Amino acid sequence: MLQYVIRRLLYSVVVLVAASFLVFFFVTASGDPLAALYTTPNVSRESIDKIAERKHINENVFVRYGYWAKEAVTAKFGTTLLTNQKILPDLWRVMKNTFQLVFIAELLAVLVAVAIGVYSALRQYSVFDYSATTFSFFGLATPVFWLALMLQVAVVQIYLSTGHRIFPVASLNSVDPGSGLDFWIDRAHHLVLPVLVLMVASIASYSRYMRASMLEVVNSDYVRTARAKGLPERQVTMKHAFRNALIPIVTIVALNFGTLLGGVIVTETVFSLDGMGLYLVNNLLANDPYPVMAFLMVTAVMIIVFNLIADIAYGVLDPRVRYE
Amino acid sequence: MLPFGEEPASVGSPDLTLAYESGVELEARSQWAYARLRFFRHRLAVASLVVLILIGGVAIFAPQLAPYGFDEQDLLNLNAPPTFDDKHLFGTDQLGRDYLSRVIFGVRTSLWVALFVAILSTAIGTAVGSIAGYFGGQVDNLLMRFTDLILTLPGLAVLLTASVFFGSGDPLKVGLILALLFWTGLARIVRGLFLSLREKEFVEAAKAAGASDMRIIVRHMLPNCVGPIVVTMTLLIALAILTEAALSFLGFGIQPPNAALGTLIDSGQEQGLETWWLVTFPGLVIVLIALSINFIGDGLRDALDPTQRRRA
Repeated sequence: MLQYVIRRLLYSVVVLVAASFLVFFFVTASGDPLAALYTTPNVSRESIDKIAERKHINENVFVRYGYWAKEAVTAKFGTTLLTNQKILPDLWRVMKNTFQLVFIAELLAVLVAVAIGVYSALRQYSVFDYSATTFSFFGLATPVFWLALMLQVAVVQIYLSTGHRIFPVASLNSVDPGSGLDFWIDRAHHLVLPVLVLMVASIASYSRYMRASMLEVVNSDYVRTARAKGLPERQVTMKHAFRNALIPIVTIVALNFGTLLGGVIVTETVFSLDGMGLYLVNNLLANDPYPVMAFLMVTAVMIIVFNLIADIAYGVLDPRVRYE
Repeated sequence: MLPFGEEPASVGSPDLTLAYESGVELEARSQWAYARLRFFRHRLAVASLVVLILIGGVAIFAPQLAPYGFDEQDLLNLNAPPTFDDKHLFGTDQLGRDYLSRVIFGVRTSLWVALFVAILSTAIGTAVGSIAGYFGGQVDNLLMRFTDLILTLPGLAVLLTASVFFGSGDPLKVGLILALLFWTGLARIVRGLFLSLREKEFVEAAKAAGASDMRIIVRHMLPNCVGPIVVTMTLLIALAILTEAALSFLGFGIQPPNAALGTLIDSGQEQGLETWWLVTFPGLVIVLIALSINFIGDGLRDALDPTQRRRA
């Protein structure tokens, strides 16, 4: 298996290099990132030329890619275009915030979804089962940003009619959050709505997978055997069926986790949370290719790593899987 | 009683009715007839189809059906909340434009883009998948590695980046960008189907008869993949609607004066959330469309692809 992991990692490096060039090519081929500066008042021609020289804007794509790759490897993604600020410290800060948000939301979502899925499968075609299915269909058809906005609308309407703000609708903390425990209580209060939004989509899809997986296991031969030899029903479902039904869920959650880390763009924008998504959007609006490249590389690495984790976990949990 | 072992005396060609001498008449059903039957048995899917046809009809005939013009202003009613006295059913926006009319035109744009994306990405995905699966070897390797590469990148982030650096705003460009990312899933599915079809006898027979590669792919193999392709394409429409709405909402997709549903929500929320109707109604329409398409997709899967029926 070690050999398999090493080969996968080597292959991933090749994919990353190819992907970075592809993205870099498109990002730079689209025009001069400094174009807007020429028409900005109070910016001298010399200072623009200095930036152009520092970032090698006037070279061809291949040379620029070479400079970028060198900077990315040796200087931790280098600096931003205009202000020449280091990229990594900012990126690190927003990554921590995003990770916090995603981790809490996914943890809660998995717990709820597993419970819903198992109960639906054990009581197939019951009222509960149909309600859960309906919820899933609605959850998957609802745009995340709209759900977030509707929660905000609800909070605002409650405020307008009662004068009571039940949850903050923006940012990670209040202006003066306090310290120690107060800080974290303030943070938790701010995270309630974003976490709720992220949970809905995750629960909608995970609970479907959990239900299908549990149904398959419950109808399998070894569960029938366990019943036939007279084990108590509780032991059959919780020990024999439930544990095996969890295996596919582990894979799906791991795959989704990697995508989510780079992909909570919408939620972070609506709630203006200082995370990776908002970081990307702000830098795109500023037309700065360098932080954008750094963001894309970091997220691609995370997707690759979580893909690998998913595959390995699958093999560890299910001995029938063999790595080639 | 089925007349086993008896040849039909006549074959009523147009309606495909088989008449036997023993007096039994059998109606021959094509595969499509069976698929249709199975689809119409799925009540939710049929209801969704009706809903979607209604919405599509409203979108097509938007100029005739919308109560007001797209940018017609009612300056006495700025930011008016919805009323039931058939004046402004969905209220008006900050410029006094009737919101129901704007939503109707928004549906028109959003549906148009989604259909365009679904058709284009289905075409690309089918072409890439069938070429990779049919020829195999190095061609397959190259195409699939390229597909992997696109799947490694974070989807929405790449879409945002692409729209900034390619420029966006008009529906056609947004559709193109979406389609260039959405074909990968279908390419993998079609490739998988082709890999197994390639070994079937009828393909071997066609080869022996001297059919060209192109003819074998298009006439012999693709018709056997229609089910999964149609199902995937349906689900792609829903995905395209949702993604386009998110892009437009973030300000990276379709921009004013063009109005898609996501654009409407974006300009609605900029008014502050007191004017709740500006955010609520376009979103409800998106949910309704996406929900119907997903149900139709479910029905089509049951109808066209009985072997892959979801365990429910």
